Amino acid sequence: MIREIIGLIFIIIGVTFDFLGVLGLVRLPDVYNRLQAATKCVTFGSAGVLFGVFILQGFNSFGFKALIGIIFIFLTSPVAAHAISRASHRSGIPLTKETVVDKYQEDHELREE
Amino acid sequence: MKYLRWFLGLIFIATFLYFNFFIYQADIIPKLINVILFSALFVLFRVIFGPSPADRIVAVDILGILIIGMLALFGLFYEKSFFMDIGLIWALLSFIASLAFAKILEGRQLDD
Repeated sequence: MIREIIGLIFIIIGVTFDFLGVLGLVRLPDVYNRLQAATKCVTFGSAGVLFGVFILQGFNSFGFKALIGIIFIFLTSPVAAHAISRASHRSGIPLTKETVVDKYQEDHELREE
Repeated sequence: MKYLRWFLGLIFIATFLYFNFFIYQADIIPKLINVILFSALFVLFRVIFGPSPADRIVAVDILGILIIGMLALFGLFYEKSFFMDIGLIWALLSFIASLAFAKILEGRQLDD
């Protein structure tokens, strides 16, 4: 009984993070902001859902697959986000006008000197 | 105009949450699945309206992660573990697709 409640709490928290992350994807002004908000929030949200599923299922086939899923998205999501942001910057997609610093551009110019 | 759009968005979300959690009669798990599907609607918005190709690539990436959570809930609801297999394969393919799209966006060939 208590285990079911805890698992359900994790799932609800995870789904809430998913939803808020996707709101960030819609609302934020440029691709770099969206990438940060959406990737981190949705990754954490889905990992929360999977952890809740693991708590509910225990140490059986399903539970272990959920754990593997958590490890998988924790490893792959930052790599994908990094690749997308790097490719975006290199292809010249502009930052929003509110942005005050561009470290990647500074590093790039420094290396070209 | 900005406040009108903000207000309409709030009405849209509030209406969905009201119907999902108070009108729709079901267990809690299908309601949470509905929330994830509603989130996927926002991802679809970003795919359609972009405006840049990178925004669409981000949306594909996010959809992959959302779907693995949704399939976990499906597996929980129907008590079948093969949904988790589908979710893992989907996440893997989504990851590879995101990396491939990022490479194309940068202007490189896939064998560079």
